[in-house]
Amino acid sequence: MKRGSGTALTLVAAAVAMSLLSVALPHVQANGPGGNDQYLSPSEMAFSPDGRLLYVVCERSDQLLVLNAKDGAVLQRIRVGHVPRTAAVSPDGRQVFVTNSWDDTVSVVDTTTNAVTRAITTGAEPYSVVVDRTGKTLYVANRISSDVSVIDIATGVERKRLMAGPGASYLAMSADGSRVYCSHVYPRIGAQRTVPQSEVTVIDTARETVVERILLDGVAGMFHVAVSTDGRLGVAAQMRPKNLVPLAHVEHGWAFGHSLTVFGADAGGTIEVPLDELEHYYSLQYGVAIAPDKSRIFVTASGSDVVTVIDTKRLLTFAHSRRKPFVNDLSASANYVMARIAVGKNPRGVAMSPDGKRLYVANRMDDTLSVIDTASNKSVGTLDLGGPKNISALRRGEQLFTTSRYAFQGQFSCANCHIDSTFDGLTWDLEPDGFGKDIVDNRLIEDLSGTEPFKWNGGNASMSAECGSRTEMYFYRSQSYTPNELADLVDYIYSLPPRPNRFRLPDGQLTAAQERGKAIFDRKMNKFGKAIPEGNQCGYCHSGPKHTNQKQFNVGTGKWTDRSPVFDTPQLVNIALTAPYLHDESARSLEEIWTVFNPHEQHGATNDLTKDELNDLIQYLRTL
Amino acid sequence: MKLPILLALLFVTLPLATAGKSTTVKHKGKTNAAKTVAIAMPRFRWENFSTMNGLPNNHVFAVLVDGDRVWAGTEDGLALYEGGKWKVFTPADGLAHRVVLSLAADKRTGDLWVGTMAGLSHISAGRIDTYTQLNSGLSNDVVYGVGVQGEFVWTATAAGASRLNTRTGEWSLYNERNTPMAEIWTYAVSVGADKVYYAVWGSGVLEYTLATGRWKDYTDPDGENELVLFKDQGLIHKITTSVSYVDNTLWAATYFGDSHYDGRSWQNFMTKDSGLPSNFTNQVKGLDARRAWFCTDKGLAYYDGVNWAVYRPALDTGKPEMYIRDASGKITPVPVETAPAHNYMLGIDFQGDDVWVATAKGLSHGIRQK
Repeated sequence: MKRGSGTALTLVAAAVAMSLLSVALPHVQANGPGGNDQYLSPSEMAFSPDGRLLYVVCERSDQLLVLNAKDGAVLQRIRVGHVPRTAAVSPDGRQVFVTNSWDDTVSVVDTTTNAVTRAITTGAEPYSVVVDRTGKTLYVANRISSDVSVIDIATGVERKRLMAGPGASYLAMSADGSRVYCSHVYPRIGAQRTVPQSEVTVIDTARETVVERILLDGVAGMFHVAVSTDGRLGVAAQMRPKNLVPLAHVEHGWAFGHSLTVFGADAGGTIEVPLDELEHYYSLQYGVAIAPDKSRIFVTASGSDVVTVIDTKRLLTFAHSRRKPFVNDLSASANYVMARIAVGKNPRGVAMSPDGKRLYVANRMDDTLSVIDTASNKSVGTLDLGGPKNISALRRGEQLFTTSRYAFQGQFSCANCHIDSTFDGLTWDLEPDGFGKDIVDNRLIEDLSGTEPFKWNGGNASMSAECGSRTEMYFYRSQSYTPNELADLVDYIYSLPPRPNRFRLPDGQLTAAQERGKAIFDRKMNKFGKAIPEGNQCGYCHSGPKHTNQKQFNVGTGKWTDRSPVFDTPQLVNIALTAPYLHDESARSLEEIWTVFNPHEQHGATNDLTKDELNDLIQYLRTL
Repeated sequence: MKLPILLALLFVTLPLATAGKSTTVKHKGKTNAAKTVAIAMPRFRWENFSTMNGLPNNHVFAVLVDGDRVWAGTEDGLALYEGGKWKVFTPADGLAHRVVLSLAADKRTGDLWVGTMAGLSHISAGRIDTYTQLNSGLSNDVVYGVGVQGEFVWTATAAGASRLNTRTGEWSLYNERNTPMAEIWTYAVSVGADKVYYAVWGSGVLEYTLATGRWKDYTDPDGENELVLFKDQGLIHKITTSVSYVDNTLWAATYFGDSHYDGRSWQNFMTKDSGLPSNFTNQVKGLDARRAWFCTDKGLAYYDGVNWAVYRPALDTGKPEMYIRDASGKITPVPVETAPAHNYMLGIDFQGDDVWVATAKGLSHGIRQK
């Protein structure tokens, strides 16, 4: 046997072993994203009004840490709700509010006792919270319900809920308290195969109503938004996916661009500003802070382990000198980027000390905070928050998931498309099979064990194939994972649990409408007493605990753009969260799957259903 | 699906087609030519809007006042009057359909819900989302009525009632299968904190009690008979066109007279025994338990609990006309120099002491005179 053949054989054997390993993996029980280990995963911070204390939200450990800002000592570790995301401090400093994204609550922490005094109910998956200047009202961005809760703090009663955009996640309040700005991680659900569009939702706090929606064309995946102290400059971190063109080549930002939107009076409108460079990218812009004197803007690139520092004056001068949009001009950033500061792994939220001298950066994947001197634009220290020092396989896998260092020019990571290990609400033209061919919806990656094979055509039998050679060939175009790295990544992805289902009753029971819908889902006879062929019963293809029989069928949803009308049966776990639907997102809603795309009853026997009954079926599907 | 839409079009367009055929109204009471008016009834100076000054179409089906802003649902788009200017929303902006039939404001959020001939649109700070019977749980695309009750949005459609829970996204449908709705042509909805009322074409009035989740129907005790055997025995007629629930009191309009129900007893109004200019009423809107406005095919009527006032262009001459009918039936003309745009009235809303009226030939702003 030739040496090369031996190597090839070894690789094949390794691949087979990896494949078997992934198939044989037991379902990893996890109490939150990534497992139930002791890692902290600090994600966001907030200062006390006097700047003496720094509150750090730790997603993984369900904790709020209280730090002495002067020396970085951890003074207290406070247990809050499940999967906390952000915190806000009351103007008098007496209370800290922490969003618990898996509990749909806000924990209220009394800062004199450092104890949680109560939990306030919010919308579905609360992410960000701000307190108004009077200390009487909370605004909470809810990611799943895509709205903003307006809550009376004294009573804990939600006064109203304002419609935001899909995946409402991050809030910023203007210094005068008159406006709240909300950004969103998912794009609006528009017409199929059109340029994604996002919005910054602007709330008037006096009237507690939405007064403006700043439209952002070409943007999907927005993270932090910040407003200058004089209220004249707003900044939001975002991605610009190039999902309408084939990923035949990825150079020059044709997979993702990473940028900011600046808005407000100083900007004179809405300007999208690129932050990438011609041959290097700064992926997943996440946290944003504006210096008190507005001279600089700080942005974390969470996939690139960097904080970018922008000279505001140069940025605005450059932007105003350009008559046409320049967001795709990767040479532009050289005109206003002052520094790229290396920080820890997966930097997310930022907090600026009240005097503006220090910027703290939450390094989510190594349980540290970086401290940046804003005068010199240099990292002057790292605060260890006390997480485990050994790095588990799951932790390594999550680090791999969030880093873009494996992709060509560091363009993107798994987390670009699977935002916070979910999805991105986009269709992609992935394969090099021609423009507009085989358009595919990006699927949710929760609770995947037992849903193999992967891809809409079922082409990847295992997660190892899905994340290994496929990713290397079609996405990263660069360095591949080592077998051990791939195993870690696969472990991590398989460990992602389903988020709590918000459509079931608290006791897990079904409502009357959901029960009626279940009967329709399970039925074997139509309303006229005629037997429904087995292959056309909902429960045949969508069987088992994940509601997939893991096989491929032609259900009549293929389009002329598809090379084959046969598609893998998707799992239905948390299906309510992932509109639009079908392999190509041609169905804008669950209803359209049957009202528009099932004329010949190939996708289940539904044409005998009344509108009431179809509604019941959908109510049941939303509980899965 | 096509039949209800065609029928709906007929019902919307037929009255308009006949609206121009004004006929002289014979006042049922005694005419008093005296120039002085002893009874104080609201007087207005009318300013009218048409395609000549900004409206997209003169057929105005609905009007809604939201603070300083006035929304008009027309046959050719949704018009917003703000700061002395009109702005028009059409399907090109995302509106479900050009024919706008009903409007409701969510006072808490400032959002607007718009019922059209082809779906329900939700307008929030310029963004328009549309719900149809294909992309959502909405029972039917022809949305005659809409009302906001906290987190619920109720719609009256050509195929029953729908309720959207805006927090959960759940749609609940109410029709002949789960209510006493013999006909499913719901024509209007009025929501209160505790109850919801529907005007159901051919099925009278349906009442939904929020606390119990139960429905109750009110129908004409005379059934199909057009005669009213006993006055005030119940709902005047089962072909209802409008409901208004205010101060725990129900006002109901039909094409055969109007009704008032305080929870214990009914009081009915017809031209023969009230100041109504016509029994053909498109909309009733109560101010409180005693007072209400009636939009009829022969003018706008106001009832203060005792007396009536009618505002319109005269049916024969077209000249501005106002008259008052007192409790004794005595009719007193009131000299006026302006009148609403047309005698065929479809909707009304209030802006302080002023009124805005949707008519078949434009939108009218009644500016209250001291």
